[in-house]
Amino acid sequence: MALAHGGLTPARTLRTAGLALLGLLPVAFLVVFFAWPVVAIVGRGFSAGGVDTVLADPQTWRLAGFTLASAAASTVVALLAGLPVAYLLARVRLPGVGLARTLVLVPFVLPTVVVGLAFRAIWPDGGVLPLVLANAFFNVAVVARTVAGLWSHLDPRATEAARALGASPWRAFRTVTLPALGPAVASAAAVVFLFCATSFGVVLILGGGQYRTLETEIYLRTVDLLDLSGAAALSLIQFAAVLAALALGAMARRRRENAVRLRSALVTARRPRGGEWWTVGAAVVVLALLMTPIVALLVESVSGETGWSLAGYRALSGTGANDALQVSGWTAAKNSLAAATDATLLAMAVGVLASVVLVALRRAPGRLARGMGETMDAALMLPLGVSAVTVGFGYLITLDALPGDLRTSPMLVPLAQALVIIPLVVRMVLPVLRAVDVRLRQAASTLGASPARVWREIDLPLTARSLVAAAGFGFVVALGEFGATSFLARPDAPTLPVAVATLMGRPGELNNQMAYAACALLMVVTVAAVALIDRFGSVRGHGSVGEF
Amino acid sequence: MNPRTARSALAVATVTVLASACSLSGGSGGDAQQTPEVTLVTHDSFVAPQDVLDAFQRQSGLKLKVVKYGDAGELTNKLVLTKANPIGDVAYGVDSTFASRALGEGVFQPYTSPEADRGPQRYSVDPEHRLSAVDLGDVCVNVDAGYFTAKGIPEPKTYDDLADPKYKDLTVAEDPATASPGLAFLLGTIAKFGEQGWQGYWTKLRANGLKVDSGWEEAYTKDFSGSSGKGPRPIVVSYASSPAAEVGQDGKPRTKALLGTCYRQVEYAGVLTGSKNLPQAQKVVDFLLSQQFQTTVPANMYVYPARQGVDLPAAWAQVAPLPSNPATLPADQVQAGREKWIGAWRSLMGA
Repeated sequence: MALAHGGLTPARTLRTAGLALLGLLPVAFLVVFFAWPVVAIVGRGFSAGGVDTVLADPQTWRLAGFTLASAAASTVVALLAGLPVAYLLARVRLPGVGLARTLVLVPFVLPTVVVGLAFRAIWPDGGVLPLVLANAFFNVAVVARTVAGLWSHLDPRATEAARALGASPWRAFRTVTLPALGPAVASAAAVVFLFCATSFGVVLILGGGQYRTLETEIYLRTVDLLDLSGAAALSLIQFAAVLAALALGAMARRRRENAVRLRSALVTARRPRGGEWWTVGAAVVVLALLMTPIVALLVESVSGETGWSLAGYRALSGTGANDALQVSGWTAAKNSLAAATDATLLAMAVGVLASVVLVALRRAPGRLARGMGETMDAALMLPLGVSAVTVGFGYLITLDALPGDLRTSPMLVPLAQALVIIPLVVRMVLPVLRAVDVRLRQAASTLGASPARVWREIDLPLTARSLVAAAGFGFVVALGEFGATSFLARPDAPTLPVAVATLMGRPGELNNQMAYAACALLMVVTVAAVALIDRFGSVRGHGSVGEF
Repeated sequence: MNPRTARSALAVATVTVLASACSLSGGSGGDAQQTPEVTLVTHDSFVAPQDVLDAFQRQSGLKLKVVKYGDAGELTNKLVLTKANPIGDVAYGVDSTFASRALGEGVFQPYTSPEADRGPQRYSVDPEHRLSAVDLGDVCVNVDAGYFTAKGIPEPKTYDDLADPKYKDLTVAEDPATASPGLAFLLGTIAKFGEQGWQGYWTKLRANGLKVDSGWEEAYTKDFSGSSGKGPRPIVVSYASSPAAEVGQDGKPRTKALLGTCYRQVEYAGVLTGSKNLPQAQKVVDFLLSQQFQTTVPANMYVYPARQGVDLPAAWAQVAPLPSNPATLPADQVQAGREKWIGAWRSLMGA
């Protein structure tokens, strides 16, 4: 790397030290709110003994095999369904694309119990197929939004050149576009795989007693049986599987870390031509399939005992039949917004900081820095691959050591949600940040800009869209987060997904209808939030993003 | 220049909006300093009218903080894990299925409430009075009466009827490993057929087309024909009180509980060992056993008060009376057998 000033000048040392300090913040957050609780609870399992018997049990390995195979299958389905949608969002200028961008996120926030029951309506006895499809259903948005984020910044002229030289559309896609999208596809696949491998609610509902995964078994052993050593053994396997998946993803990304030429997003979208309509058609089919369970739940929300009725929606201003909830549906919506906002701000602060440090470490000369970068990169993803139960139970036996006994604090909800969002923020911001042409930054440096100014003038404008997309996506994940939230939310402050689950768990027509109405409210809140954030991100009328 | 200014203005505005949204979550802690706070740890089904809780806080001069920690099993396990430094002062919701584990692990400390001899004592599990019975939540088989009238088949009455080919493919139950009514139903069959006989009974149930769901939600709201979901199966494992929620607009019950198939679950409250607010914690136990609170439990939590002389809601006497002869198993036997039975059940039903 030809730098303006070589050698270890004082300025250089200072910068490295500053970088290390910056890097310490995200690391400290992860250690306190993730590593420490997880190690404590797994450690307790180990000290109880018996881990080796569980590891030696062939049943355990069948469980692990099924978990990995079904998660891999769901990931493939989500990728196949998500790529045409990503194309639609990134490259196509047609009426309704903005709406599609917003709607594709809705499945992500739906409470698992609602989606599980919707799939049960089609496959009454559950099974592997609905299980794989349901997990993919939740995650199409991850693929579509992550890949579209990079795709919209890709220079389309390379593909056009390939086409002009006689490549078929498929060949141009395969040899030019897809390799350039590599980092985003690998990121999305890794995230989706982790989400699917640790999915809980739909596996219980659709798998019945017959199909169990590492996640459901860890839950059973921890929560119902208090068999911590069994849970620790399974957590170890889960951990190993997650690390393997991350290593594969990292390998795929490493081959493609050359800077891709980024362009302003507005320039790259246009009306589809010829064969491109087929891809658009595929995207529309995927979107229609995604909307089917949503329409079904909307129908449920207005189906009363004796025909159509808005009783469920009217009930949202109250607390349900026989006070099923402690607060009204509207208050639960307010709680959801508040917690998701806190979580997003926290996750953006930690995640963007981590991404900046990661990119800097990658660019720094020396094996050590690069090794540190790669380790930190993998460590940041771990919260997605570790069971919410393990973390939740870990909190119980560790967080009382912090001042103020956080275990029963309402602050835990956004903290735990942030833990889930941070890896997503990193995965969305990092590929784009990495793709920023290092020569631009060097030029700015040479012209005398400070590192902060380089970041502000070069990296920030080029990645603004991804930052906003990451924030929006993180916000939506927080809105829909159920696993950790249901562990930690106080009854006087339930979020909407927690309220839906509570209402579903009670008998009576009205509670059921209100549960679906609350679901509809969650969707409306999601759509509104996403539309708002996307609007801020696109900065209409000014082609300022990425213009030089 | 202009676009940039506009953008920073937008950013500032966004941050302001978001920051004001944040403050929503931090609201309620204002006057907590003056009044002593006491924490009640309870299960997910806990519901109490706010005015009753407010009245208690006024009378006692306490601030009551309620924290939910999962179902009875999860709650018990969390209490066991945190017994060295408890997450609260009082726990309510450990039931007769898990009481032995909690007592054996020393989670609770002795306290005999002055209210305990008004009825709760009848369900005592512990000579040291570490747990006081608050309510009874019996699990019974429920049937959709309309289905059987329409088909001209008599309703089933007993456990054995469920294995009768006349009722083939009509029953849905819950997995005892994942749903507490499922576990109660399994325990009921063990009480009825004995440790030797229950597997034979379940083999017959399975041959008779029993469907097993993971959760009560799927079984009751999707597969059961008597609920809002109008599913295909008219027989479901649910609670003695469930019919009270399924009274039609004509005032007539659509479903009924089979009182010969009930298993009694008693839910207890107790003061946690290591509570730093002992007198306050004891006041909370007194409150849970008091007339004011006990009156609310049927309507709010679909359970029966442990206290004597508390009136049930008017409709309940007809629709959901307290089962008079429910099955029970001694807490120690449940504690010793629970995991073994669930394991045996899983291999019996899973294959």
